[in-house]
Amino acid sequence: MTAQALVFFILAFVSIASAILMITRANPVKSAIFLIVNFLSLSILYLTLSAQFIAIIQVLVYAGAIMVLFVFVIMLLNLQDEKRLSDRFDVRRLIAFVIVLLVFAEIAFGLGKSVSGRFLKPAENSVEIGKIEFIGEKLFTNYILPFEITSLILIVAIVGAIVLAKRKFE
Amino acid sequence: MIPLSWYLFLSLILFTIGVLGVLIRRNAIVIFMCIELMLNSVNLALVGFSSYIGNEIGQMLVFFVMVVAAAEVSVGLAIVIAIFRNRLTVNIDEINLLKW
Amino acid sequence: MHRYIGLALLFPLLGFIINGLFGWRIKKEKIIGWFGSLTVGASFLVSFLIYIELIGLPSYERKFIVEYFNWIKTGGLDVSFSYLVDPLSVLMAMVVTGVGFLIHIYSIGYMHGDRGFARFFAYLNLFIFMMLNLVLADNYLLMFLGWEGVGLCSYLLIGFWYDRPFEKMTTSDAGRKAFIVNRIGDFGFLIGLFLMYKYFGSLNFNTVFSIANKLQVGDTTVFWITLLLFIGATGKSAQIPLYVWLPDAMAGPTPVSALIHAATMVTAGVYMIARSSVLYALAPTTMTIVAIIGALTAVYSASMGLVQNGIKKVLAYSTISQLGYMFLAMGVGAFSAGIFHLTTHAFFKALLFLGAGAVMHALDNEEDIQKMGGLKDKLPITYKTFFIASLAIAGIPPLSGFFSKDEILWGAYSQGSFWLWLIGVIGAFMTAFYMFRLVALVFETPPRYGAKHPHEAPKVMTVPLVILGFFSAVSGFIGIPESFGVKNLFHHWLEPVFEDASAKLTFETAHSSFAEFLLMIISVSIAIAGILLARYLYLKRMDIVRNLTQNLSGLYKLVYNKYYVDEIYDAIVVKPVTWGSEKLLWKFFDVKIVDGAVNGSAKLTSIVSSVLRFIQNGIVQFYAVVFVIGILIILWLIF
Repeated sequence: MTAQALVFFILAFVSIASAILMITRANPVKSAIFLIVNFLSLSILYLTLSAQFIAIIQVLVYAGAIMVLFVFVIMLLNLQDEKRLSDRFDVRRLIAFVIVLLVFAEIAFGLGKSVSGRFLKPAENSVEIGKIEFIGEKLFTNYILPFEITSLILIVAIVGAIVLAKRKFE
Repeated sequence: MIPLSWYLFLSLILFTIGVLGVLIRRNAIVIFMCIELMLNSVNLALVGFSSYIGNEIGQMLVFFVMVVAAAEVSVGLAIVIAIFRNRLTVNIDEINLLKW
Repeated sequence: MHRYIGLALLFPLLGFIINGLFGWRIKKEKIIGWFGSLTVGASFLVSFLIYIELIGLPSYERKFIVEYFNWIKTGGLDVSFSYLVDPLSVLMAMVVTGVGFLIHIYSIGYMHGDRGFARFFAYLNLFIFMMLNLVLADNYLLMFLGWEGVGLCSYLLIGFWYDRPFEKMTTSDAGRKAFIVNRIGDFGFLIGLFLMYKYFGSLNFNTVFSIANKLQVGDTTVFWITLLLFIGATGKSAQIPLYVWLPDAMAGPTPVSALIHAATMVTAGVYMIARSSVLYALAPTTMTIVAIIGALTAVYSASMGLVQNGIKKVLAYSTISQLGYMFLAMGVGAFSAGIFHLTTHAFFKALLFLGAGAVMHALDNEEDIQKMGGLKDKLPITYKTFFIASLAIAGIPPLSGFFSKDEILWGAYSQGSFWLWLIGVIGAFMTAFYMFRLVALVFETPPRYGAKHPHEAPKVMTVPLVILGFFSAVSGFIGIPESFGVKNLFHHWLEPVFEDASAKLTFETAHSSFAEFLLMIISVSIAIAGILLARYLYLKRMDIVRNLTQNLSGLYKLVYNKYYVDEIYDAIVVKPVTWGSEKLLWKFFDVKIVDGAVNGSAKLTSIVSSVLRFIQNGIVQFYAVVFVIGILIILWLIF
């Protein structure tokens, strides 16, 4: 087992464990913390794929901005814990669990069929294309239109959020 | 070297956990977080493809996914707040107005 | 100039749109009326300029097709809004717009003070537009558009005073009757078009006629096509058996009767046959049917005209009778004679109707000629013009009716048979008689109108009368028979249109000037006899008339009640149809089966959905589970 494989397995273990812990915690704050752990491990995984820019953005936007928003809202609403997982494990959730396992099996089967034996190592220029310089250049040339449109989306989202969240005027 | 399929399987596992979370949790905020988890798992697959195929399209897509995710979270959380203000709960089993 | 033929159609359409949409806002009658009239006048001017242009060309070049835009293009069917400019269509356009213009002006006076003034002019303009579509179209479908359009306008204008009673019903019932009877004819016309499209693969005049030119005389399919088209013509042009609507159409305002139900629209059937002359020449059987129907109608409706008491009723039967003459001409292959009579008839019949309108205007809308009389001095202009028109329609030389009617009779004799001629002459006698009965009872007998104060109509009404009177008198000179040793300008003008058809019709009779003169003298003397008899009976010996009606009261009643044809139609057609519609189609089929199916399916839906609605339990996660199941299935299908 090479060092790279070792790193991958450690990160994979951390991310899967944190994900499972996230969905099983009764307290939403704890869920949020585990999600941040998950995001951080994903960020390092991006680095192993030599996608530096995305890795940084992952930390900044997800772990930094989005999760802070989550935690804010959780604090703001002052929620109680959900009931324990065992108490709320009814038939519907059991069915959901089975179905999800089936979906997993299916996609795994499809993946195994389509990628086994291919893409054994990263492309030669993978380091090059992950660099912020390269991505920046593409973003402001080839992808300028979608890039500008994202600003529109963000503006609309901000206005929408304000309209939805503000108290009604008396 | 690690083959791409490892990353893809990891992505699949995370995605499945996210779906499971959406289906079994009751707290709207936690469901939201599960959706974020699903988005991230897809991002992982995209970045993997990008670097193994050798073009930047996957990473561009990840960038835009993040922007949309940010927008979605801000609006979604605003909705959660609005619901909480009206119903004093974010338990989606109790938010079942849209029924027969 | 011919390229601007579209303008001739555009002006009346413009008038319709403006008067129709904004007329109620324009309070001034003068503006509405003159605007409506001038659009038609402009359209006449366009037609006239095109006529001048055609005159300047050699006769074989007088044919243009002006295409504006494509209307329907689907599969093999290719129909355009394209107009045919040739001697026949230009002549018709000039008649329609010319007479139409005068009647528009007359209407300004006649409709004065009516609350539907703008509506009236809008309808009239729409009518002119549709009529021009009919006569200028270069394919049968566009012609059919005009055909239906004028039918619509006729319906709208008959029922124009929709709240007034008319005989045993209201005017809108009369409008409906006209519309439905026309619909029967149009049904035949439409089937004829389908058959034509199937057989010739096109509806364009050019294509159809050039294919038809190569066919053998007596072709069975062409027989059916022409017969079906003729059924359409009997509806629109009020021939036996579909004439019943025209007398009731007199419920409309008098200018409408003059324009639509005398001068222009009802001649559409004649025009259609003339236009399709090539097809008719291929079907001798249909020609015979057309001739017989025409001759019968001519004499049959003239007999009804003899005893009617409504001034417009007499004129209506007279119109049917004159249309019968035109069809007689068509049936014996004297196409240009028929069109000639159409033209002269448009002048004198419009004049008669407008004169009748002036009389009614003077007597507060009194229609019964038994309550008139003695108007000779009170309405001098109306009297004079009416008298001229009566002479013209009776066929007294040298007025226009003489030339055209005589040509038809000559055609009936030389190309048809002696019997057709005889029927025609009997009809001519009756025509002379009922017209001068009308003149005598309305103008010359002592007054019977009580305390009313008749007065001559305003200038805006009398000037059109005078102009039409002038044309009624002289328009015959454009078609002086060749026997007089001069060139027949009218025939010459229409020759290029009918030469293909004439080539197919061969008559062995040599043209004998002596026979023609002899027949002319006979028919004129018979007409004069009719006039003198009418004047003798109604001015000097009313007692004979009274005795006759009493002694022959059975016959008199039969004719007076129009041979009870309306009642017969009512019993054998209308009653069964209403019974079938009400009892069978409505009470049973509609209520039980159609409604049952509709209500049943609604009930089924509501039962099923009352069960299925429980799926909508409002729990979003349940929806998400279903959603994931969907993904599961899709993935299963993909892999």
